[in-house]
Amino acid sequence: MGAFIVRRLLNYVVLVFVATSLAYLGASTAFHPKDMYLQKNPPTKPVVMYQELNERNENPEKPVFERYAHWVDGVAHGDFGKTWQLDSVNKHFSISVWVTVRLVTVAAVLSALLGILIGSFQAVRQYRFSDHAITFGSYIVFAMPVFVLAPLLKLIAVQVNKAVGGDTPFLQYQGEIDPNATGFFGQLFSRADHLLLPTISLSLGLIAFYSRYQRGQMLDVLGSDFLRTARAKGLRKSRAILKHGVRTAVIPVMTLVTYSTILTFAGAIITERVFGWNGLGSWFTDATNHSDVNSVAVITLFSAVLVLIAGMLSDVITALLDPRVRL
Amino acid sequence: MTAPTPADTAVESVQPLAAALDGAGRSGRAALVWRRFRRNKLAMVGLVGLVLLFVFAFAGPFLTHWSPSDIDLINTQSGPTGDHLFGTDDVGHDMFAQTVNGMQKSLIIGLLVALLSTGSAGLLGTAAAYFGGWWEKVIVWLTDLFLVVPSLLMLIILSPYFQGANWLVLVPMIALFSWMITSRVVRGMTLTIREREFVRAARYMGVPAWTVIRRHIIPNLSSILIVDFTLNVGAAIVTESFLSFLGFGIRSPNVSLGTVINDGAQFASTDQWYLFVFPASVLVLIILCVNFIGDGLRDALDPNSTGASAR
Repeated sequence: MGAFIVRRLLNYVVLVFVATSLAYLGASTAFHPKDMYLQKNPPTKPVVMYQELNERNENPEKPVFERYAHWVDGVAHGDFGKTWQLDSVNKHFSISVWVTVRLVTVAAVLSALLGILIGSFQAVRQYRFSDHAITFGSYIVFAMPVFVLAPLLKLIAVQVNKAVGGDTPFLQYQGEIDPNATGFFGQLFSRADHLLLPTISLSLGLIAFYSRYQRGQMLDVLGSDFLRTARAKGLRKSRAILKHGVRTAVIPVMTLVTYSTILTFAGAIITERVFGWNGLGSWFTDATNHSDVNSVAVITLFSAVLVLIAGMLSDVITALLDPRVRL
Repeated sequence: MTAPTPADTAVESVQPLAAALDGAGRSGRAALVWRRFRRNKLAMVGLVGLVLLFVFAFAGPFLTHWSPSDIDLINTQSGPTGDHLFGTDDVGHDMFAQTVNGMQKSLIIGLLVALLSTGSAGLLGTAAAYFGGWWEKVIVWLTDLFLVVPSLLMLIILSPYFQGANWLVLVPMIALFSWMITSRVVRGMTLTIREREFVRAARYMGVPAWTVIRRHIIPNLSSILIVDFTLNVGAAIVTESFLSFLGFGIRSPNVSLGTVINDGAQFASTDQWYLFVFPASVLVLIILCVNFIGDGLRDALDPNSTGASAR
């Protein structure tokens, strides 16, 4: 057992290393940071330019593999290099990652809860009007990518604000918090208000996704013997469904939930951009636009690690929830 | 973003049907599937809708005398009118011409990517399982690697390569990052099909490997491959639009639905909301139709799922 886990972890480490290296080398050959300097107006002095490029470990005169070796050495010592603004990548990362965490957390929890609830509800009332209506709704949501949904929410917010009137807009859609908000509750309210629309944009798709799976799982469970036994022994229907039905049906769905939650970090790019949050997603697009290899590499590393953590976690969660599974 | 596709769940149930129908002959099977598909109202709506959208994308340019790059200096920021059906942006581009042109590219990219990624997934998956040994090790490891590499981030990183080039470069690029899950599923199914009597018989009779794969294995996988193909069309259109929306895909003077939606999205919170709403609706309609077709096909190809299973 232990040997198996160690072997698997080792394989993971190799995978992450190769994936990040590919990203680094891909970015190093695809990006042309020198051109960024040459396009500046007024142009940077060559001396300064090369000095800065060297500081970023991005001097195109040096062979790619020399730069790569230098980068690997830095990473091994916990130093991820400099951003295009010559800031420390480490520092930038530790700030941005929390912005994304604040953006994603509520959405992740909310969508798991709502998705499972709605899916179970649909299964219990299969083929009723509510089931059909929700199914149709999820089809629409599935067909609506985030980059359509997010601006659409903004559009709706503007119309709502217009209808409500007043000096300060009712629904906020730019940034994390109003800088003028004062007091603990004032700031808390401002944060919640700013979080509302991005949360909807992140969670709507997930809710639809989870509820479809939960519905299917639940339908299988509802016809099962153990549920009939529980009912026959005199358990009320609602309690039987909640205690035995939902609990069993939720096991495979939790795997999805872990995966999707963690992958939402990577998917927050659009939401961050549309609603003006300066998290990892915005950083990634900015970094690409500024030919910044180091920043791009660290974010790729982060997402690769997340994917693998998701894989591990989903196994662990299945084992914890399902007494039949032995790790 | 590389969330497990519904194809994952469909595998177990699809297989017995494929095997059962193998002897029934191609035409009989196609007729059966078509009959089942036709009974599904949503799927038919999707099919008719998609055909109409195709017609609209390729006949649309004849409905307006503006081309996507034309600039109407007199009517900038105009709302939808008889002359500019979808209005104009602040430079004076006709949004109808742009949307229709973007649709063409999105549809072409969607179809080609789906063809390429489902095709290579089928090829790699069957080859890995059928040949076993080193082949399998290498392919499985590659599949895992591509799953760990964050696809969308990689596409963005590689975007400088396709910015100067022909927009069709996006096709192999997107396909490169969208074959893995299908390939895994195909490999799993091939592992069991390989052990079936008729495949064994063919192998012992000395039929060349690729012939066995082409004649016996691929037909038995056809249901999953067809469903995967339809879903990939939608996924590819979304990916292309996603990249273009962020400014990393198709670039001007070329337009795609993604760029048109991106340009319009800036106006979503202004009075010119129609610049966003029209192209966005077209995209949503395309994906909706594609999904309806995919679902209908899955139900038609799989007798066990009468729409009751997940998705």
